[in-house]
Amino acid sequence: MDPLIKVFDLNHSYRTGSVDEVKALNGIDLQINRGDMLAITGQNGSGKSTLARHFNGLLIPESGKVLVEGLSTADKNNTAAIRRLVGMVFQNPDNQLVSSIVEEDIAFGPENLGLPPAEIKERVDWVLETLNLQKLRSESPNQLSEGQKQLVAIAGVLSMKPRCIVLDEPTSHLDPRSRREVLENILRLNREEEITIVLVTHFMNEVVHCNRMIVMDKGKIALEGNPHEVFHHKEKILQLGLDFPVAAQLAAGLRRKGISLPEDIIQTEELVNSLCRL
Amino acid sequence: MPIVVTGLHHSYKKGTPFEKKVLHDLSLQINDGEFVGIIGPTQSGKTTLAQHFNALYIPQQGTVVVNGCDTTDKKADLVNLRHQVGYVFQNPDYQLFASTVGADIAFGPHNQKLSSGEIKIRVREAMDQVGLDYDSFYKRDIFALSGGQKRRAAIAGVLACRPQILILDDITAGLDPQGREEIRAVIQKLHREHKITIIFISNSMDEVAELAERIIVIEQGRILIDGATREIFSQSEKLYSIGLELPEVMVIANRLRENGYRLPSTVLNLEEAIDSIATALDERQVAE
Repeated sequence: MDPLIKVFDLNHSYRTGSVDEVKALNGIDLQINRGDMLAITGQNGSGKSTLARHFNGLLIPESGKVLVEGLSTADKNNTAAIRRLVGMVFQNPDNQLVSSIVEEDIAFGPENLGLPPAEIKERVDWVLETLNLQKLRSESPNQLSEGQKQLVAIAGVLSMKPRCIVLDEPTSHLDPRSRREVLENILRLNREEEITIVLVTHFMNEVVHCNRMIVMDKGKIALEGNPHEVFHHKEKILQLGLDFPVAAQLAAGLRRKGISLPEDIIQTEELVNSLCRL
Repeated sequence: MPIVVTGLHHSYKKGTPFEKKVLHDLSLQINDGEFVGIIGPTQSGKTTLAQHFNALYIPQQGTVVVNGCDTTDKKADLVNLRHQVGYVFQNPDYQLFASTVGADIAFGPHNQKLSSGEIKIRVREAMDQVGLDYDSFYKRDIFALSGGQKRRAAIAGVLACRPQILILDDITAGLDPQGREEIRAVIQKLHREHKITIIFISNSMDEVAELAERIIVIEQGRILIDGATREIFSQSEKLYSIGLELPEVMVIANRLRENGYRLPSTVLNLEEAIDSIATALDERQVAE
């Protein structure tokens, strides 16, 4: 099957033409396949968010091309269709919530699509159920915790029934449980609803749950592959300012003490299983 | 200079139909040289509490006394207090406003009406403390800094007033791993070498477990538990019940214990985990 999103030789600069021009993206080639759970990581300023904002046409290529289901983001006539296919969730849910009641907020997108009321209601019910938010249906978003707000923001995007959801550091300001709840919901949407997920994150313990990852560095893709492959490039990972998942760090420490453990441990499960087999 | 909080209450929109109680009858003491972590779910009142420590909030009810200075006292010198108790906000963009690093860091000492020679000494000292090289960063544009450098510049701006207490409000959120590591190293040095009291608000259990000596857990405006870091993380059920978790190494250690590993009940950092797992394996081999 054709990839969902194709990126060809994508370039983007900030402050173009000025002395302090920053080349945020430098010749990116990338394919995002249907059903991918793709993590984008890399240092602050490496171009992660700039890249993510190209996936639904929030940013238009300076040069190069981004195709979403074959539609070029550069063509304004495609913008509405592309935004329906690819939804965006940002770091701060307050920038994304528009209504004073949760269910109205979730209905906002479908209403704008001009769907009939029965269909809108059906979608709102489905989204509330899918994300376990039924209890919050009639609440006011500003009474919710940050984690709940972020789930409502995801709900608002999900109600558009997108093929892909791009989340830009959705958990960086959440407390531990909210962080886990948001991650679990994203993983479930990918697994059960077959929604393609692009997750921009600094947390390696989120990255390890993805089936693919790319590491950005100075506007280029420095490493790409599944997390096991990528974390195998040990020196490069450190050079790129990343760290290893805790399970990998612990496994490395134990190997240095002479305990024989596989080289490619990155997840808690893998470490616990290996240690229990010793 | 200890902080003594007694019977502190605080409400948002007090006196309106939308009044919301944020802090309820909260009392605590923080002593000189402590490294205190404050954790709790979002909106539990952590930031509101901490902003009372340097008189960004004045108690509506109850008192906050910092080094003998009662912030409710109309004659209290709150400007001086804010120099002694520095507050670094989560988002450095709220804190940095001058165009260059040097000018930004000089702002506090300048306001203290120090001589230009003294200001220069303070700026150099503060930059040194956070590991920003004076010559290469003094004239650097704030916008040209990385996330980690920006946060270090924000810390330096507060350090230039030579505070005795430093409040760090979730300052590693949104930073990449290297940036977080840089900040951790700076904080540890300030505490160990410069004996600054650190009050560290964080959503990262890993960081709090690694850095703090004492932890105060806040929930719905009250202190749920307050104690030594190890003691706090041994109460995992209480933490889970309010939406907090354990440091990741401890989660792994617990899983191993369930599978028959003989490990201590709390494991706070990587080194402890590595040592205790290796020891458990050795003992098992001896037993076999």
